[in-house]
Amino acid sequence: MNPRYQNRIELLQGTLDLLILQTLMWGAQHGYGISQVIRAQSGDVLQVDTGSLYPALHRLERQKWIKSEWSVTENSQRAKFYQLTAAGRKQLAEERSRWTQMSDAIAAVLTNRPEEI
Amino acid sequence: MFHREGRDSDLDDEIRSHLDMAARDRRARGESARDAQSHAMREFGNVGVVKEVTRDMWAGASFETFLQDVSYGVRMLVKSPGFAAIAILTLALGIGANTAIFSVVNGVLLNPLPFPNAKRIVCMFQEKSNFPKGSISYPNFLDWQRENRSFESIAAYRWTDGTITGVPEPENVRAQRVSATFFPILGVNPIVGRTFSADEDRRGANPTVMISEGLWKRMFQSDPNVIGKRLTVAGQGRTIIGVVPSSFHLQLFNFRTADVYEPIGEETDEKFFHRDSFWGTNALGLLKLDVTLEQAREDIKRVNVGLAATYPDVNATIKANIIPLKEEIVGEMRPVLLVLLGAVGFVLLIACVNVANLLLARSTSRQREFAIRIALGAGQSRIVRQLLTESLVLALIGGLLGLILAKWGTIAALAAVPRSVPRSEEIGLDPRVLLFTLCVSVVAGIVFGLVPALKTSHANLGGTLKDAGRSIAGSRSRLQSVFVIGEMAMALVLLIGAGLMIRTLAHLWGIDPGFDPHNVLSFDIHPRPSLASESPDSIRAAYRQIHSTIAGAPGVKYVSLNWGAHMMQSDDEVNFWAEGQPQPAHQADLPMSLEYVVEPDYLNVMRIPLLRGRFFTDADNEHSDRVALIDESFAKKYFTGQDPIGKIVKLFDFDADPAQRTWIPLTVIGVVGHVNQFGLADDATMPLQAQLYRCFMQASDLNIKNIGQGASVYMRFQSSLTPEAFFKTVREKLLAANGDMIVSDNESEEAVVARSIASQRFSVSLLGVFAGLAVLLASVGIYGVLSYLVGQRTQEIGVRMALGAERLDVLRLILGDGARMTLAGVGIGIVAALGLTQVMAKMLFGVRPTDPITFAAVAVLLCGIALFACYIPARRAMRVDPMVALRYE
Repeated sequence: MNPRYQNRIELLQGTLDLLILQTLMWGAQHGYGISQVIRAQSGDVLQVDTGSLYPALHRLERQKWIKSEWSVTENSQRAKFYQLTAAGRKQLAEERSRWTQMSDAIAAVLTNRPEEI
Repeated sequence: MFHREGRDSDLDDEIRSHLDMAARDRRARGESARDAQSHAMREFGNVGVVKEVTRDMWAGASFETFLQDVSYGVRMLVKSPGFAAIAILTLALGIGANTAIFSVVNGVLLNPLPFPNAKRIVCMFQEKSNFPKGSISYPNFLDWQRENRSFESIAAYRWTDGTITGVPEPENVRAQRVSATFFPILGVNPIVGRTFSADEDRRGANPTVMISEGLWKRMFQSDPNVIGKRLTVAGQGRTIIGVVPSSFHLQLFNFRTADVYEPIGEETDEKFFHRDSFWGTNALGLLKLDVTLEQAREDIKRVNVGLAATYPDVNATIKANIIPLKEEIVGEMRPVLLVLLGAVGFVLLIACVNVANLLLARSTSRQREFAIRIALGAGQSRIVRQLLTESLVLALIGGLLGLILAKWGTIAALAAVPRSVPRSEEIGLDPRVLLFTLCVSVVAGIVFGLVPALKTSHANLGGTLKDAGRSIAGSRSRLQSVFVIGEMAMALVLLIGAGLMIRTLAHLWGIDPGFDPHNVLSFDIHPRPSLASESPDSIRAAYRQIHSTIAGAPGVKYVSLNWGAHMMQSDDEVNFWAEGQPQPAHQADLPMSLEYVVEPDYLNVMRIPLLRGRFFTDADNEHSDRVALIDESFAKKYFTGQDPIGKIVKLFDFDADPAQRTWIPLTVIGVVGHVNQFGLADDATMPLQAQLYRCFMQASDLNIKNIGQGASVYMRFQSSLTPEAFFKTVREKLLAANGDMIVSDNESEEAVVARSIASQRFSVSLLGVFAGLAVLLASVGIYGVLSYLVGQRTQEIGVRMALGAERLDVLRLILGDGARMTLAGVGIGIVAALGLTQVMAKMLFGVRPTDPITFAAVAVLLCGIALFACYIPARRAMRVDPMVALRYE
């Protein structure tokens, strides 16, 4: 068992969708690239399991929030690239705002003292 | 499926590309090629599992997901047996009723007739002023046959006496006389032997006969050598030449599938060949391939012009009436069946609404299940598809059960009112009916499943369940209320339809037929076969003896021999010339009257009112002056403003040879009330109303020889006896004195009268059943919805009570809800019924389609039932404990 897996944080499905959509905001990307970006940008904290990533990508594609196209990387390797659709952009905005609401609410509970209710 | 293979290889490529890139990056970081490869693979994880989980995401509208949904749906139903049972039963009733009625529509209206050339076969009648479908005289028929240019062939047929003697058990069977071309036109092939040849269908030919398969089995034990054997029918020995298969069925006005068939042209009574003899003969014709009905009608018209010119006396006004065979058989049933089909459609709609309500109520308890599904990635369309599949499963199971119910129900209904539906032997669950049931089940499933599915899937997308809960329950219950209002409206329409038919039937039963049918029995007798060839005095003596034998039987109050017309069973007419009227120029212009040949006690048997003068007595016999009675219609039409007593009515003597035909003068001695000869409902619209009675024993010598072949007996018996028991004793006594007499066709007069309105009784029974079903379903519906609403509002009720509301206020609140739904439903129903009952107008009698009494009574009835259905939930609401309610969440 690779010791790196012990630090893995299981991501809730909805949150993974958010991260994927956000990643694609910066341009088309393939599955491997998306997982690398998320890992890098989170400082190695969020390591996306391929068993979650690929189902998520295919589901997002079925829901028409992203679309795919086979193309060639800078290293002349063939890969399946995904990009946001217009609907996907809208969905991303909604999910971002919901995420912000949620995290503000949780933060408020964590910082407020009981007497201040 | 192909789609999937492409996607599979695409996914393979994608994963391989991922692994390649991962390995590449590792090599760039300094790992060896082999290490890079194996580390990349290990980091990726189990390729197989990843592929598997990804493939699950592809679940689109494929057949596999459909099967998954089906098995899931079945499991869900098994988990809630109560709901499943109610839903399936409701659907079975609705779908089953539709299947039953459609099987009747299919067998009677849709299926082609079971004859090869059915579309080209027509029925032919001679149109008379009194009878649009009157009988054809045989010489006219022969001329039509010879002179027409539009038919491949035509065939005549008529009823005849089927008394079989010379066998161990003589009996009286159905018998028909037919032309040699009859069976060929219908495409009926004998299973043994052959049909009549043209030579056998002629005067003076050797008497031949064809028997039915049933008779062949019964009397000849299916002997293959039956051809050539002899059979004595109506005293005439005949050679059997063929056996007609039992698959042959035909029912027309003057034709019933018979046990014995004889050639019509081989008639020994030469009066049959007089051009003015009408012996109840009708005809069938097979149109030539390229000839239309209109052309055929024109062609026969042309022939008739010639006949009118050649025989002006008889044929001055000769006209043919030609109708397609199918139209003749089923035409009358069409409006009735279509109304029933509409009615039963309503019942199914109500059933669907009920099940939809059930589904809506149940969806609350399945919220969590769908929340999980959505969390796992199902879209709205996926959930809708799954719920619709479950609905389809429900519908198909209900449909299957409904098929079984329909089979039993149809058999029971047809047995209850026999001969009310033509072609009843062709009604069954054939492929078209099964297909219909399948389609109806699928459509029903979609109808009742779609709205709840949409509602349920939409509800769960809203996000958190808590907030959405109340508003969704609100819109759900509003939807349910709308459904219930719709149900009530439809139930009301059906109830009104049934109510109108019930009133029609009540009116029909209330019609005075002109006589008293209670405790009256009739039967036919065929005295010894040799009687007809004996002297007139011998015949009269025989009948007198028969009369006294019967009169002495226990239970007999009055008895009368009868010949001629039989009320509501058969008609017999006579041409006459009334005193004071101008003598008609042509025989064809002679006025016609129904003729009853009866004995003095007939008045007491039938209790017909005597309006003027006197009835026959025993003093009126063959030695005294000929007398007659007429009915009030006859008197009004032919003796207007005068006293008919003492006037002379001259009857045309048909029994004599044409050369010696004279007028038989009868003196009118009395006037009686009119009787409904043509049935309770139909008599008033028949053009022929005049009725005449003459005395049995005063029949002319020639006439009494005819009567010697057979007559009827009418008796009034003691009311303490049943018709069956009474007939048994009379029959025994009669056969003891007359060993070789044949007694047949006994029927109580009440049954005869009931038969004349069989069609209306059939409609009423069915409509009544459907209306009852509809009301039951609608009541269950309103009860269910109100119960559910009360459950939803328990908290609110608790709050109200805590704030001081009395139990009575709560009761009024709930009942108010129910009342509002009911009133809305009743209101809409009344408006709808005002329009829809117009469709029934032809089936009604004595009541308007918009009859206010029926509408009002039905509305009140339905309100009452609905109120009762509201009562239990209302009481439950009343008993809510505020403390419990407020705690409950």
